Amino acid sequence: MRFGVVVFPGTWSDCDFHHVISEVLHEPVKYVWHRERNLEGLECVILPGGFSYGDYLRAGAIAGRSPVVEALPDFVAGGGLVLGSCNGFQILCEAGILPGALMRNECLQYRCQSTHLVVENVETPFTRGLRRGQVLTMPISHGEGKYHASPETLAELRQGNQIVFRYADADGRVTRAANPNGSLENIAGIVNRAATVLGLMPHPERACEAAMGGTDGILLFHSLLGSLVEDGTFLKR
Amino acid sequence: MKARVLVRLKPGILDVQGAAVKRALTGLGFTELTDLRVGKVIEVELDAASLELARARVADMCRQLLANPILEDYTIETVDDLAPGGAVR
Repeated sequence: MRFGVVVFPGTWSDCDFHHVISEVLHEPVKYVWHRERNLEGLECVILPGGFSYGDYLRAGAIAGRSPVVEALPDFVAGGGLVLGSCNGFQILCEAGILPGALMRNECLQYRCQSTHLVVENVETPFTRGLRRGQVLTMPISHGEGKYHASPETLAELRQGNQIVFRYADADGRVTRAANPNGSLENIAGIVNRAATVLGLMPHPERACEAAMGGTDGILLFHSLLGSLVEDGTFLKR
Repeated sequence: MKARVLVRLKPGILDVQGAAVKRALTGLGFTELTDLRVGKVIEVELDAASLELARARVADMCRQLLANPILEDYTIETVDDLAPGGAVR
């Protein structure tokens, strides 16, 4: 799968994603500058974490109106996949590509810690290699990750099976104590209606090698790569 | 033309920043404080043929970037540049 990793001024997880894709997965990958509108030849665009444009005004607000993000709806309509992590999730919401918004953490602290995520939807290219109810461990690193949506939007998300990950305890129980940022219903990651755009606050790219403390993040990539295999099988760890 | 945009969290949306500032002020002895919310002021200068056109353009700016309609409300105060120190309409 040909990946493009978008770089905004202030992006910080671009090298991590690039490293995982090229050195761990051995897949073709290139950096895509934020002024680029041409995404031809790419199959999956990654919006990494960081502080795009300094997160001025609101996290992801300015990046959400950048040339590369303006090109994403056409890219997605043409069958492209998009994964936005952390600031990438904020950008996708700001751009209106995903519903809802991300606000300052309820605890007011910047949270940099390991979290458990329970998988709710395995009918996406990003999670098809996982089991429903499976618990993944991935780090978060953000100050503005509290997911917010109107009651109407939340109902639509539920109805469309768009909630993919929720913060949970080690046993997969969705509890208030396991919610690091006050997110609505512990939501950690969602997809668009077509399940071709995933936004999540945790960092899968920082959990792809045992030396980094965990490898659950790689399962998202193996799901993605498996989605191109004709018989529906996917690479296992 | 000058305009001042006030961006506020919508009523009912928890303002954790406001709550922290309120706690700090209460700690300073302002015990009469019953509520406090933090917003943003954005000052804009633009060329426009009329006050109405300026206001319409600034409203466009708010819709497209300055406010996030999911979380925030905004109000626009247009300041007539020709009347320095003049009334805020």
